[in-house]
Amino acid sequence: MPKLTIDGMEVTVEPGTSIIQAAEQLGIEIPRFCYHDKLSVPANCRMCLVEVEKSPKPVASCAMPCGEDMKVHTQSPLAKKARKGVIEMLLINHPLDCPICDQGGECDLQDQTVAFGFDRSRYREAKRAVKDKELGPLVKTVMTRCIHCTRCVRFGEEIAGVEEMGVLNRGEHLEIGTYVSQMVTSEMSGNLVDICPVGALTSKPYAFTARPWELRKVESVDVLDAVGSNIRIDVRGGEVLRILPRLHEDVNEEWISDKTRFAVDGLRSQRLDTPYARVDGQLQPVEWGEAFAAIAEAVDKTDGKKIGAVVGDLADCESIVALKDLMTALGSKNIECRQDGAEFDVSEPAGYLFNTTISGIEQADAILLVGTNPRHEAALINARIRKTWLANRIKIGVIGPHVGLNYPVKYLGAGAETLEELASGKGAFADVLKNAKNPMIILGAGALRRADGMAIHALARKVAEKYKMVRDDWNGFNLLHTAASRVGALMLGFTGGNLEGILAANVLYLLGADEIPVEKISKDTFVIYQGHHGDKAAARADVILPGSAYTEKNATYVNNEGRVQQAKQAVFPPGDAREDWKILRALSEVVGHKLPYDDIAAVRARLASVNPAFGAIDTVKPAAWKEFGKEGKCDKAQFVLPVANFYMTDPISRASKTMAECTEAFANSGQKTKTGTHG
Amino acid sequence: MLDDKDRIFTNLYGWESPGLKEAKARGDWDNTKALLAKGREWIIDEVKKSDLRGRGGAGFPTGMKWSFMPKESKDGRPSYLVINADESEPGTCKDRDIIRHDPHKIVEGALLASFAMGAHASYIYIRGEFYHEALALQKAIDEAYDAGLIGKNACGSGWDFDLYLHRGAGAYICGEETALLNSLEGKKGMPRNKPPFPAGAGLYACPTTVNNIETIAVVPAILRRGGDWFASIGNEKNRGTKVFCISGHVNNPCNVEEAMSIPLKELVEKHAGGVRGGWDNLLAIIPGGSSTRVLPKDICETVLMDFDSLRAVNSSLGTAAVIVMDKSTDIIYAIARLARFYWHESCGQCTPCREGTGWMYRIMQRMVRGEANIEEIDMLLDIGHEIEGHTICAHGDASAWPIQGLINHFRPEMEKRILEYRKQVAA
Repeated sequence: MPKLTIDGMEVTVEPGTSIIQAAEQLGIEIPRFCYHDKLSVPANCRMCLVEVEKSPKPVASCAMPCGEDMKVHTQSPLAKKARKGVIEMLLINHPLDCPICDQGGECDLQDQTVAFGFDRSRYREAKRAVKDKELGPLVKTVMTRCIHCTRCVRFGEEIAGVEEMGVLNRGEHLEIGTYVSQMVTSEMSGNLVDICPVGALTSKPYAFTARPWELRKVESVDVLDAVGSNIRIDVRGGEVLRILPRLHEDVNEEWISDKTRFAVDGLRSQRLDTPYARVDGQLQPVEWGEAFAAIAEAVDKTDGKKIGAVVGDLADCESIVALKDLMTALGSKNIECRQDGAEFDVSEPAGYLFNTTISGIEQADAILLVGTNPRHEAALINARIRKTWLANRIKIGVIGPHVGLNYPVKYLGAGAETLEELASGKGAFADVLKNAKNPMIILGAGALRRADGMAIHALARKVAEKYKMVRDDWNGFNLLHTAASRVGALMLGFTGGNLEGILAANVLYLLGADEIPVEKISKDTFVIYQGHHGDKAAARADVILPGSAYTEKNATYVNNEGRVQQAKQAVFPPGDAREDWKILRALSEVVGHKLPYDDIAAVRARLASVNPAFGAIDTVKPAAWKEFGKEGKCDKAQFVLPVANFYMTDPISRASKTMAECTEAFANSGQKTKTGTHG
Repeated sequence: MLDDKDRIFTNLYGWESPGLKEAKARGDWDNTKALLAKGREWIIDEVKKSDLRGRGGAGFPTGMKWSFMPKESKDGRPSYLVINADESEPGTCKDRDIIRHDPHKIVEGALLASFAMGAHASYIYIRGEFYHEALALQKAIDEAYDAGLIGKNACGSGWDFDLYLHRGAGAYICGEETALLNSLEGKKGMPRNKPPFPAGAGLYACPTTVNNIETIAVVPAILRRGGDWFASIGNEKNRGTKVFCISGHVNNPCNVEEAMSIPLKELVEKHAGGVRGGWDNLLAIIPGGSSTRVLPKDICETVLMDFDSLRAVNSSLGTAAVIVMDKSTDIIYAIARLARFYWHESCGQCTPCREGTGWMYRIMQRMVRGEANIEEIDMLLDIGHEIEGHTICAHGDASAWPIQGLINHFRPEMEKRILEYRKQVAA
C-alpha cells in the first residue's frame, strides 16, 4: 500500500493505482482527454502531466503507478506550463468552430482550454483539415475537430468488440477512421458520442437540436429491454430531446445501447393522445367518460370469468398491480404477462430471475448461452460478458442458432437435444462446465417460447444442478427476459392464465400488449387497449385509453435481476393521455369496483404488500433455490431467437425514424437493394 | 589514435569476405564454448568491468541494463534479447557496415548476450531499407546454424539458442525500443509508456533487453580480451572503441573505428581528410546524428568525442554520426530540413510531438526565407520547450534539439535573414 503526497495531502492507495486515480480519491481533478477509467491507458494526450519530485520530466499521471513516498505537485509551475503547452498544441489544428459545434457547452476541450489554456493563439500557419467519415445513421463525424485521444478506437476494441475503427497514418496525418470505409456495426455505437471529448463524434439524430444549458435533466431508467439501464432524460419544454447513460456500476456501468439512446424520437410519433371508441365500426375520438361508459357497458354484460387481461412489455408495476386488483375484483383469473407465449415455471423467483446478477457475470469462468443472442436481447449484459471474456478469456458455449457475438464461442448444437446431452454429462462442453469454478447458464426466450418450454426450463435446472452452478455463494442459473415489465409482473403474480384462452375471452384488456398474436383474438371479443402508441393492437381495439410512456410517469420497473428501480416523470403525456395507474383507478370506479388507492404512495404501498421486494429500491436479494419446472419430453425443433431486429422490438422503437434508418442500414443491409426511387 | 591491434571491426571496409571461414580467420567464433562455460555471471561482470555504454545513442551502461533481467523465470515467461538494427538516424551508417562486412560478430554477440540474460531466443529488427544488409545478415545466421554455432546446443555448450531476423517497413520511430517491440509484435510502431520497462514487460510482455547492434557486436571482443582491455581505451566512463561516421563537407567521408574521447578535430582531420577547403572553412558540426544539437566551429576546435564531453557543451554523442558543414552551408535551411524529417517521422500519438513538429517545421520554412518576426525566434524556442520532455518517447526531444542548437549558436544569422527579407519586401 504505497503512501504518497499529492499537493501536500497524504494518501494511501492500493498498489497499482495511478496518480490520477489517487488524486481523484483526494478530490483533486487532473485534466485529461485520453484517459477514461473504463478503457485502457494510452497516455497519449499528455494533458495529465504533473510534476513528481526527483523526476526530471513531468510525468503522465494516468499511466504512472503510485510509488512509496512519491511527492506529486499538480499545480506547480512545471505542471501548469506543461498543460498549457498541451492545450496550445491541441488547438493549433482544431477548427475552433465552437459556435456551430454540437459539443459546445459540454466539450472537454472547451472547458479545459478555459481552465488551463491561453486566451489567444500564437499559431499563424495553415490548419489541417480532415475528411469526415461515414459511420452510419447514428454517429456524425467532423473529423477536423478530432484530437486523436483514441478513446473511440479503444471503446470499439475493448467494450463494443468491433475493431472497425482504428488509427491511420502517422504524425500530423494521423486520422481516426475505418480503413475501408464502413459503418460501425455495434449496438453500442452511441456511446462513442459520449466518450468523444470533443465534437468529432456527435449524435446524428440530435444534430443542431439544442444546447446543453437549455436542457432540464431528469434521472430515470430505461424500459426498452429488461436490463434496466440507468439513464438521464434531457428535456426542453415539453419534449424529450435525448437520452444519455447514467453511471450504475452494477447495471449498465456507463454505457447504454443504441436503442435506449436513439429510439427517443419514437416518443413523438404515433402517439395516442385522446381516447377512442368504435362507433359504427370506426374508431372515433371520444371523451374519457364516453370511453369508460362503453367499457362499463361491455363489462356489465360479461361474466367475470370471460374477461381477460394481458400486460405488455413496457408496462409499469403500478399499472400492473392496479389492473390485477381490478381483474380480481371483476372475478377474473385470466391474466398473463408473457404475451410472447413463453412457457416456464413461475412459481419460484429463482426460476425466472437473472440470479447471477449483471455484475456477478464478472466472477463467472464458463458461460452456457441457451436459445439467446444477448447482443440483441440485452446489449449491456452482453457487454458484461465480453468484459469478462476480455479479462479472463472465459469459455463460452452456445446452444441455438449461429449469431454474431463479439467474443469467441463454441457452438454446441441448435436445440434441446444438446441440452439433454449436457444434462446427462456428455458433450464437449461438459468438461468445461465440470472444471469451472463459477459456471453459469443463461436461458433465453428462444428456448422457452415454445410448447415444451416447461420441460426445457426443468432441463436447464437439471444442468445447473449437475454442474454445481448453484451454491450458497454462487447462483449461475439465469433467465434472460427481453421485456422491462416481465419480472415485475411475475413478482406481482400477473400470470396464470393461458394466453390462447385469454385471447378468446369476451372482453379483453390489453395494457400496452402489442406483441400478442392479434389475429388470434376472436372476432366477437370486445378489446380495450390502454397504451401510448397506436401500434398493432390498438388498431384492433374497440376502446382505446391513451396512457403514458416511460418518460411521462413516475413508475416502478423491475429488471432481469429483480432489481426494483423507479423511472421519473420528465414531461407530461401528450393531449388527454394520463398516467396508466390513474386510468385504471378511474375506470374501476366506473365499472363499480373502486380501487382503494388515490395517490402514488398508496399504490406503492400496495405493491410492497403484494410483494415485499418492492419495498427495497435498487437492491438485489438472492432468491432461494427450490424445485421448479416440469420434466417432460423436449421437442427436436431448433431454438428460434426472440429478437429478429434489435432496432425494432417495441411500440416506441417501431415508431422511431432513427430506428427505421438503423434497420435499413444494419439489420437489412445487403438484403434489399435500393431502387432509383429511394431517397 | 587507436592502435591497429585494438581494433574490433577488422573488416569494417569489406576488404575481406564476410563469410564464416574468413570471420573465423579474423578471430570470430574462436572457442565460444569456453566463453559460455564461464557462466552468465562472468559475462555480465566482464561487460560491467568494460564500462561499455550502449551504442544506440542514449549511452546507458550495458552491463547494468543486462543485470535488470530476471536471473530465472519465476512465472514461466521466457526472456528475450532484441537487437536493434533499425539504423535510421540521418548521418548514421555504422551498423550498416558492420552488418555488411562483419555480421558474424553480431551473431556471436547475440549468442553470448542472450546466454548472459537467459534468453533462448533473440530477434534482430533490421531497417526495411537495408535489403542487401538483411540478406547478408541472414546468410551469416544461416552459416552459423549450419555450423552448429547457434541453434540447438549452440557451439556444443548445451545452450539452445535461436536467432531470428525481422525486417521493418521503414519507419524511423521503430528504432525507438518500445516502438520496435510493438512493430515486432505486429502492431503499429508506436512507442509504449514506461513504466513498465522492457526488462519487466517487453516483447509479448516478457522480460526483454533491447540493445543496439554495435553494442552486441563488440561483446565477443570484450569477453575474449577482457573488460579491462576495453576499459583501458578512452576517458573515464567513456570507454572502448566506437565506430564514427563522418559525412558532409569533408574530403573523405568515411566510417572509422576509433577510441572514445578522440578530439573531434583530430577525427575529422585525420580520418576524413579534413574539411573541404581547410579547417578554417568550417561552419559547424552536428556531432552525433541529426537529433543532436549543432556545434559551431569554436567548440569543434577542442571538444572530445564522448558522451560526457559532448553533454558538457549541451550536445550529445548520439550515434557518433559526425555531420560536417562548411561555410557554403545555409545552416537555417539545413536545420529546417531536419525539422521536416522529424515532422514526417513523428508517430503521432502524443499531442506535443504530433502537432508541434509540424508547427516548428512550418516556422522554420519561413525562417529560411526570413519571412518571420524576430520575436518568433523566441517563440520557436518556447515551442521546443513545450514539446521536449512532454512526450512518451524521445522523438519529441529529438525534434526540438536541432532547432535549439540553431538558435543557441546561430541566432544572429537568423535575425540577419529576417532583416534582409524585410528590406527586400520594402524595396
